[in-house]
Amino acid sequence: MSLLDFLRRRGSAPVARERLQVLLAYERANRGHSDLLAVLREEIVAVIARHITIDRDSVAIKMDRGDTVSTLEIDIEIPHKAGALLVGT
Amino acid sequence: MAAKVVVVTSGKGGVGKTTTTAALGAALAQGGQKVALIDFDVGLRNLDLVMGAERRVVYDLINVVQGVAKLPQALIKDKRIETLWLLPASQTRDKDALTEDGVARVIAELRETYDWVICDSPAGIERGATLAMRFADTAVIVTNPEVSSVRDSDRIIGLLDSKTEKAEKGQRIDKHILITRFDAARAARGEMLTIEDVLEILSTPLLGIVPESQEVLRASNIGSPVTVSDPASGPARAYLDAARRLKGESVPMAMPGDRKRLFDRLFGRRAA
Repeated sequence: MSLLDFLRRRGSAPVARERLQVLLAYERANRGHSDLLAVLREEIVAVIARHITIDRDSVAIKMDRGDTVSTLEIDIEIPHKAGALLVGT
Repeated sequence: MAAKVVVVTSGKGGVGKTTTTAALGAALAQGGQKVALIDFDVGLRNLDLVMGAERRVVYDLINVVQGVAKLPQALIKDKRIETLWLLPASQTRDKDALTEDGVARVIAELRETYDWVICDSPAGIERGATLAMRFADTAVIVTNPEVSSVRDSDRIIGLLDSKTEKAEKGQRIDKHILITRFDAARAARGEMLTIEDVLEILSTPLLGIVPESQEVLRASNIGSPVTVSDPASGPARAYLDAARRLKGESVPMAMPGDRKRLFDRLFGRRAA
């Protein structure tokens, strides 16, 4: 990077540029799969509901994109009775 | 005669689609081309106002689509430029009244007698926006050098490449970026995305750079395309050049700034 480039790049624009490049790379790759999270949520809930009675509203699903790894976080609240059943077996 | 159909689109609102439609359309017509502008923003029409024709609207696009009016009855002839016409959007109807078949018929009819049909898209990616781009040969994607505008432009590019008639037939729709509200000084200071940044991120060729200018607001205040209200101004020259590029002419990309304008005024020069 030349001195001129350095001087030119000291504002917030480089941050904007970098954020856009990361975001758009992801969005382009996922075009057409925008409902993936909703589909996952439904299928996961269906599998669990086959065995345990759960409240569909107490299922939280979160996606976090990191630089090298992304995480899918699924948080399911299990009612007391069903929980005892799980631990008991 | 077979018109070229151009959609002026952006995804994001407020970036200058209507200003651009008026100015590019007027610029082409000022060069002798026969031009029809269509406002697709049903319920929120504004092209009539920006063109200074708001008091002359009798019939609109939906009237034509529904067969209530014939196309020549609904087209409003511009009072300043002999070869410029406007088809306004409906202000009162439901936007679902716009059907794909109806729009196809209107555009096919306009194609026969005009050189250019310019479709002013509403913001967003809903029905009005997808219908405005549906039959286009060429797209002008209006983008501000700002993160949300660039992101939305990228989304619109994706739609242009998948949801237009040309894309579905496996043909390529001709896409161009028009950067508006550009402030060269701020970009040079690193406070604003540069032209190169935007083009690299969107990987789409540039049609023109319209500088941020008070003249744009003045033009809409008085209901005149900026290329008519002050043809020597920075934005007008940018649009006049962009119109020539749309026609396939090779015009060097200038950065029209106010300094140059002052220089031109002092020496009484006009842009080529």
